[in-house]
Amino acid sequence: MADTPQPNEVVVDRRRFLTWVVASPALVVAARLGLDVPSADAAKTEAATAETALNAYVAIQADGGIHATLPRTEMGQGITTGVAMLVAEELDVSLGSVEVRTADADARWLIQLTGLSSTMRYLAGPIRAAAATARARLVTAAANRWHVPAQSLTTVNGEVVAPDGRRACYGSLAEDAARVLLLLVSAQPKNPSAYTVVGQPTGRIDAMQLVTGAARYALDLDIPGAVPVVVARPPTLRGTVRDFDASAALAMPGVLGVARIPTGVAVAAGNFSQAFAARDALNVSWAPGPASHLSDADIRARLRDAIGARPLPPLFTARTLEGRFDFPYLAHAPMETQSCVARVTSDSAELWLGAQDPKFVQREVAQALGWALTPQRVTVHTARAGGGFGRRFFAEAAVEAAHISRALSRPVKLMWTRNDDMRHGRYRPASHHRILAYVGANGSILGWNHRAAIPTVEFPHGFGDVLTSLLGIFLPEVTSATFFALTQHVPYRFGLVGQELREVSLPIPTASFRSVFTSQVGVANEVFVDQLARELGRDPVELRRSQLTSSRLKAVLDKVVLEGAWGRPLPPGVAQGVAVLEEWDSAIAHLVEVDVTGEAPRVLRVVIAADVGLPINPKSIEAQLQGAAIDAFSTTLSAGIHIDAGAVREGSFADYRWLRMKHAPSEIAVHLVRSDDRVGGVGELGYPSAAAALTNAIARATGTMPTRFPLLDAGA
Amino acid sequence: MPAYQFILNGQTVSVEAPADLPLLWALRDMLGVTGPKYGCGVGVCGACTSHLEGEAFRPCIQSVSGVAGSRVTTIEGLGGEGLHPVQQAWIAEDVAQCGFCQPGQIMAAVALLRKNLDPTDADIDAAMSDNVCRCGTYVRIRAAIKRAARQLRGEGPDLR
Ligand code: FES
Ligand code: FES
Repeated sequence: MADTPQPNEVVVDRRRFLTWVVASPALVVAARLGLDVPSADAAKTEAATAETALNAYVAIQADGGIHATLPRTEMGQGITTGVAMLVAEELDVSLGSVEVRTADADARWLIQLTGLSSTMRYLAGPIRAAAATARARLVTAAANRWHVPAQSLTTVNGEVVAPDGRRACYGSLAEDAARVLLLLVSAQPKNPSAYTVVGQPTGRIDAMQLVTGAARYALDLDIPGAVPVVVARPPTLRGTVRDFDASAALAMPGVLGVARIPTGVAVAAGNFSQAFAARDALNVSWAPGPASHLSDADIRARLRDAIGARPLPPLFTARTLEGRFDFPYLAHAPMETQSCVARVTSDSAELWLGAQDPKFVQREVAQALGWALTPQRVTVHTARAGGGFGRRFFAEAAVEAAHISRALSRPVKLMWTRNDDMRHGRYRPASHHRILAYVGANGSILGWNHRAAIPTVEFPHGFGDVLTSLLGIFLPEVTSATFFALTQHVPYRFGLVGQELREVSLPIPTASFRSVFTSQVGVANEVFVDQLARELGRDPVELRRSQLTSSRLKAVLDKVVLEGAWGRPLPPGVAQGVAVLEEWDSAIAHLVEVDVTGEAPRVLRVVIAADVGLPINPKSIEAQLQGAAIDAFSTTLSAGIHIDAGAVREGSFADYRWLRMKHAPSEIAVHLVRSDDRVGGVGELGYPSAAAALTNAIARATGTMPTRFPLLDAGA
Repeated sequence: MPAYQFILNGQTVSVEAPADLPLLWALRDMLGVTGPKYGCGVGVCGACTSHLEGEAFRPCIQSVSGVAGSRVTTIEGLGGEGLHPVQQAWIAEDVAQCGFCQPGQIMAAVALLRKNLDPTDADIDAAMSDNVCRCGTYVRIRAAIKRAARQLRGEGPDLR
């Protein structure tokens, strides 16, 4: 390695990155967060050679092609477009010339998890560092070639240009650039004030594939010999096979094999229709799952019981207000059901799926196949995912597909039916909340106590690494308790503030959902802030403004008050509601107008103001916030999961009542407020205050604060 | 097994299948046409929406025998040479998020605009409410339909 150039140091957003050349003849620059930052694997990272731990790659091929490789999955958040914009910006190339690839599962990626709104926050630094280093190398190579001062050279549209008019395209310089030992120009990324690409509203780089049907998801891939497979599943959650008779199924047309797996009985056939028919012809006797003694009423009782007695109020409390809230289980219900293509041979496995944590998939599949010590036998290709929302952190479909492929000795395409996906998934847990607001004799707010009873949330392993890198606290494993403590804050001067999680253990599988605990705790808080305002006879905006501790929150609240014309005259039965949230370095406010004169509340208009720091692509930020608002309205109004004796009642979008076009507001306006240039989180930001603002609007329109969600649930 | 012939995206194809095979599986599993997606298989989500003789329909609940001799168009066959104005509008409004529902949304929108070049919000609600978008792109879908309608009415580029 004597002739390998030394790593360069680059600082972005006050964080130090190391960049280095990975391979010749193409110029491939990798980047990783510097070692001065505490890391989950600090010891491991230090021991590792530069080539074995990285955050991102930028490559310039000899033919001029520019590729960024990123350890994340595109699920609709537009991250590939955002990354292409950052690369195009630093390299001075057109957006169209950058291709963004998602990486296979690989231990060298420090973090390969897509979630916690972390992608752009985490990758914007290393991507900029790698691209800026590549540019500095290209300029230096040109200066050496032409024997001119490097400072006199500029970069335009994929070329290095000299004052005398000589030009060289990047591809022709790539090989020399990879061998540069001493940079003659700075590898420092541009100052955001000089940006011409980043910050501009930009359409998706994959828009063409998305509108022509050319975008391929796991089951659209043409993997030779892969046969359709479905699985007969138990009536209850995590029920098991007692016994089965497949003779009738095996005699059905097109059937290629039947295999018992830990979660059910799999059937392979020539097409999915034949597989469904054969599945229905199986004769299976099922043992009930561990939750079969539980229904909604039991669960609600367990959660209520966990709240416990009231704590002592703070001194001088004249009045204690109490609010109780119930939230339902929620299915993630991504549009693409859990699916996986797998090819397992005697000594290796290859899988294709949309995964939010492919390294976890690799480990789980290796373990299932008895290769826990040699996970490198398992290759996981991450496919474009048809939505994730937290559901794809887990690996059930991959493990099943691997088992089935091995049992049938052939490649398989496993598809979960919509019923499977709804009824055998993992769920955002139900919860019960008690909020106590303590008020003094003069109406001052002396304290706020929130106790939340929530079934344990199962977090994937990768969360520890992400949180460690984002927060700088060593967190190898994340539990509900630590995650609650890290993420749940009350942004108001409310005196003595206490928030506690009462974790309840229930045998119903869980997974984090957009904004995790904030989707319940944060929503309940913001709804009860409005109730407090009502009780004190104060305007909800005025009360918030007077107690908010964050200037960013005040700014976004002011923005929606202005843009949404808070307090404007409205017809009877129509009202406005507001709510705010600060999370993952971003702040947001929602103003929602709702009409309650019809059969069901109808959202008329939504105004959002968000401060996400540096807005890399305002168009995709707007899209994320609009989508999160629809999520929030759906789950606040009409979509919720019921448990009947350990079985999930809802089976499709027919009864899991997600909002449809006819329920959607005609406008969701998004205004960006920019307080600094740090990159804040976007993916989860838009959910909690949208749900709370809608609830507050309904409370103001009807005079009654809703406390049980979804509101339109007959049982609620 | 019987064979059924139909015209798929302008080309005559023939599928050997039982009469009741849902067309979706003939398309995806036998003909390799993967634009129409599986989202429910029972006609409630719209992810598979395509055209039968120019009208929106759901291949997941339409038997292959029922389309014999007819013209079937999937998202792949929509544009012909270039992009259909609805696809262009989808790009201009940056509608898609995960994209999984979008082939169905686009096909439903094209069918609407074939019958109604100036749809009101209520018309759009009626035509599009059987297509779920889990990513919540409805606001942009509505804007894209209106944009495409203006274009199809010959009102030229959008100056909003
Ligand atoms: S898959 Fe055809 S309507 Fe859902
Ligand atoms: S774009 Fe993801 S479901 Fe519509």
